[in-house]
Amino acid sequence: MGKIVVDVMLKPEILDPQGKAVAAALPRLGFSFATDVRQGKRFEITVDGDVTAAQIAEVEKAAEVLLANPVIETFTVRAE
Amino acid sequence: MSLDTVAIAQTSPDTKQPFAELGLKPDEYARIKEILNRRPTSSELAMYSVMWSEHCSYKSSKVHLKQFGEKAPHSDALLVGIGENAGVVDVGQGYAVTFKIESHNHPSFIEPYQGAATGVGGIVRDILTMGARPIAVMDPLRFGPADAPDTKRVLPGIVAGIGGYGNCLGLPNIGGEITFDQTYLGNPLVNALCVGVMKHDQIKLAKASGAGNLVVLFGAKTGGDGIGGVSVLASETFGTSGPAKRPSVQVGDPFVEKVLIECSLEIFAEDLVVGIQDLGGAGLSCATSELASGGSSGMAVQLDKVPLRDPSLSPEEILMSESQERMCAIVEPKHIVRFLEICAKWDVTVDVIGEVTDGDRLIITWHGEVIVDVPPRTVAHEGPVYNRPLAQPAYIDMVNAQIINVPLPSTADEIKAAMLTIASTPNLADKSWVTSQYDKYVQGNTILAQPEDAGMVRVDESTQLGVAISTDANANWSYLNPYEGAKLALAEAARNIAVAGAKPLAVTNCLNFGSPEDPGVMWQFAESVRGLADGCLEMGLPVTGGNVSFYNQTGDIAILPTPVIGVLGVIQDVRTRTPMGIPAAGLDLYLLGETKNDLAGSEWAFLHNQRGGNSPIADLQREMKLIDFLLANNSIFKCAHDLSQGGLAATLIETTLKHNIGATVTLSDAGIELLSETPSRVLIAIDPTDAAKITYPATKIGTTGGTSLTINGTEISLAELRTAHTETFPKLFG
Amino acid sequence: MRIGVVTFPGTLDDRDAARAVKYAGAEAVSLWHGDADLKGVDAVILPGGFSYGDYLRCGAISRFAPVMTEIIAQANKGMPLLGICNGFQVLCEAHLLPGALTRNHELHFLCRDQTLKIENTTSAWTSNFTKGKEIVIPLKNGEGSFQCDDETLKSLEENNRIIARYVGENPNGSRNLIAGITNERGNVVGLMPHPEHAIDSLTGPSTDGLPFFTSVLTALVGK
Repeated sequence: MGKIVVDVMLKPEILDPQGKAVAAALPRLGFSFATDVRQGKRFEITVDGDVTAAQIAEVEKAAEVLLANPVIETFTVRAE
Repeated sequence: MSLDTVAIAQTSPDTKQPFAELGLKPDEYARIKEILNRRPTSSELAMYSVMWSEHCSYKSSKVHLKQFGEKAPHSDALLVGIGENAGVVDVGQGYAVTFKIESHNHPSFIEPYQGAATGVGGIVRDILTMGARPIAVMDPLRFGPADAPDTKRVLPGIVAGIGGYGNCLGLPNIGGEITFDQTYLGNPLVNALCVGVMKHDQIKLAKASGAGNLVVLFGAKTGGDGIGGVSVLASETFGTSGPAKRPSVQVGDPFVEKVLIECSLEIFAEDLVVGIQDLGGAGLSCATSELASGGSSGMAVQLDKVPLRDPSLSPEEILMSESQERMCAIVEPKHIVRFLEICAKWDVTVDVIGEVTDGDRLIITWHGEVIVDVPPRTVAHEGPVYNRPLAQPAYIDMVNAQIINVPLPSTADEIKAAMLTIASTPNLADKSWVTSQYDKYVQGNTILAQPEDAGMVRVDESTQLGVAISTDANANWSYLNPYEGAKLALAEAARNIAVAGAKPLAVTNCLNFGSPEDPGVMWQFAESVRGLADGCLEMGLPVTGGNVSFYNQTGDIAILPTPVIGVLGVIQDVRTRTPMGIPAAGLDLYLLGETKNDLAGSEWAFLHNQRGGNSPIADLQREMKLIDFLLANNSIFKCAHDLSQGGLAATLIETTLKHNIGATVTLSDAGIELLSETPSRVLIAIDPTDAAKITYPATKIGTTGGTSLTINGTEISLAELRTAHTETFPKLFG
Repeated sequence: MRIGVVTFPGTLDDRDAARAVKYAGAEAVSLWHGDADLKGVDAVILPGGFSYGDYLRCGAISRFAPVMTEIIAQANKGMPLLGICNGFQVLCEAHLLPGALTRNHELHFLCRDQTLKIENTTSAWTSNFTKGKEIVIPLKNGEGSFQCDDETLKSLEENNRIIARYVGENPNGSRNLIAGITNERGNVVGLMPHPEHAIDSLTGPSTDGLPFFTSVLTALVGK
């Protein structure tokens, strides 16, 4: 079985209150490394057999219309 | 693990079985062998262990709870009593209302969001199972000290879980309580109440009858959620035995539940089921055995037909799984096609997993092999019963002998400081930070919601018939005197209903206590049940059902005895309801009832770390006279607000801040009159011309108007009072 | 006058929207998400709730429901269409309105009585208001923060397409305090707060929400 991974992130200019909350919590727990945190979504799509280029292209289309909202989000698609 | 079948069990009597690990005592295990005349299979052992757990069998509480039946007052309103998923009450006009509270305490401590969310989901399915449309929820909550680090972990998670699940179901959250006390640290209480409405002829019961009728499982697929959660989570203290006993947590899917509600209501409307049961604690073990036992029939179930989310689950695990959002229905074969159609319309997973049989055996097979063959009554209704030892704990005499000695405010500065303290202390501070995370408007029938004395929802838009619900507990009083404490909680809940303008009708309860194996805790429990049963008899209010939660303790420290009492009332026309806030200037304020020196167990004593003294003695005759007066004169009250925790001080703060209309009050002994918590008292505002209509012992204490609360000349601006009242929660949890 | 109210799986405020339609004096017609037939209605309301659980993004899946294809087509021809809360989210996902609704800045679901200022009185759903009128209606959502790029925001502001703004403290982090917007034509309106819960002071904080529903009747009569 092959796996296609789609990572969806809010565009940099869109407010990300969840990422902000994580960024604020890290130093409270003693982790001082972070200058910024953005929180996103990850989809793992299982397919039969090895992942093909055609499947990647299909998933890219699906990401464009369903998995991500291009108004506020960007996405990347890759085989894993 | 190889499959353990009945055939194998018959030929291998000496196989060692992990009954103790599953929470069964040696004599309980011996009794199972006696019932079956052989050793149980591993699937049977799983079923008995969950069904005979404290949580499912009420084995420690049963002997006491039967008083609710024995002392039951005669009531024409009770349509379905104790024993079903929830009691049902006649509210007139052909409508029946069902309501119940349940605890989800331990799961909410382990995983606050999911624990609280699935608590809401479970109680809503209990109400749905009766055939009713759920119309509102409420959540009485208790936590460790507000500033404790663990409270900062559990409270926001629990509140978000209740909101996340309830909001998504479209159920208005109309009230509840939030109280903080040291003993709840490590044992937060998450009690969830749901109320539902149906027509009389739509009442459904958990019974499987009619040989050949089909057993249908619908809703979510079965996964490994909370396996063993009921017996382990709810029966034994965790923490002392390490993480090995922590089972997986159930995860809720409110969207599936919402769809399941609509799907079930459509199925009920077409009268397609003979009996129905939801799957909650103990999952399929409970649903199949209770349905078969309730219908006094047999049942054959093919366990391999259960749709699985995780195909690696063993039959024992499927039987014990607590996956949420599942229902089990008994359907006549002629209705099955339509049943499946409705499920398809709502995209609900559904499978026929068995059928009702003649005889009295519950037989479960796994790919053709018999893995369970038991008399269902022995699993569901004839579990062990314990008459546990009880003894009045030593602390009672000690604390009752203590004399309360707290500074009472008398100078202007002291009165102002006391009012600001009462306004801001976490137990009495504004709870909007919490309640604003709950949808109170959805369904468009909410008449009153928190912070009102009672929650009220309209049942029928055309006639304006409505119901009101209030939940109350005063654990401080129950600690000093559990018998009186339970009666006082009942009195307060009933009073809150009447204050809002509704007539009290029936009672439910959620009894939260420490370990029943501690004779002192068991005494607290027995006294609370006795008090509640006596109180209900005296007030003529039947107990329709309830829930017991034991083992709320960490090490030797049990929680304060916390019997949460819910009272349901009916109001013929919701437009006549009485809200709590002063609506206008120029009204006269009257205090109904008499104020005595009742500081023991009060918020003021708590603030001064004094936990001793004697609780007030409940005077239910006086309470009923007050309730009668409130109901008969409802039309002259411009507002009415109960006096309880925080006394008159808290009541004045809440009633003035509601609409930002102040009051000027004169008291002869301000300290006691502001802070004593004498029961059976209500503050009302009336038009001065209605003074002659006050035919109940009352004191005129002031008038309304202005932008300050002025007490004996001490002026506190509402702005300052509001800041004190509203900033506590955001500061603690924001 | 017949106004359709759509029910998706997970829709919650459909009966409330239907009640508001009746209060306004029109007939409410229930429309099912899986049914492409609009039953000849004159206008449509997409009510609040959590359609399909809102698990992917609010409104992302509903937008593809069979009923939406016909609604989008009719809206593009000028049929009045109001999306409330989850309905607003669906309209953005369906690109009938610009921008998107994202998580409230405080990260909590927020239910409160909210003061709004009406900015646009020319849309199909706001013509019975006077400009600048302040109203109080319930706000209840977890993802109500309106976000869009600067260019879109500028266009919304310059073309009078902001229906209403929050008054006072920003409840959810919306850009320019936006509570609702309309399309260029003025027939499609998205609103985060819930006017259907403010039609009767017995069950809501006011009756300030009713003009949204009477406005559309005026618009339809005048057509």
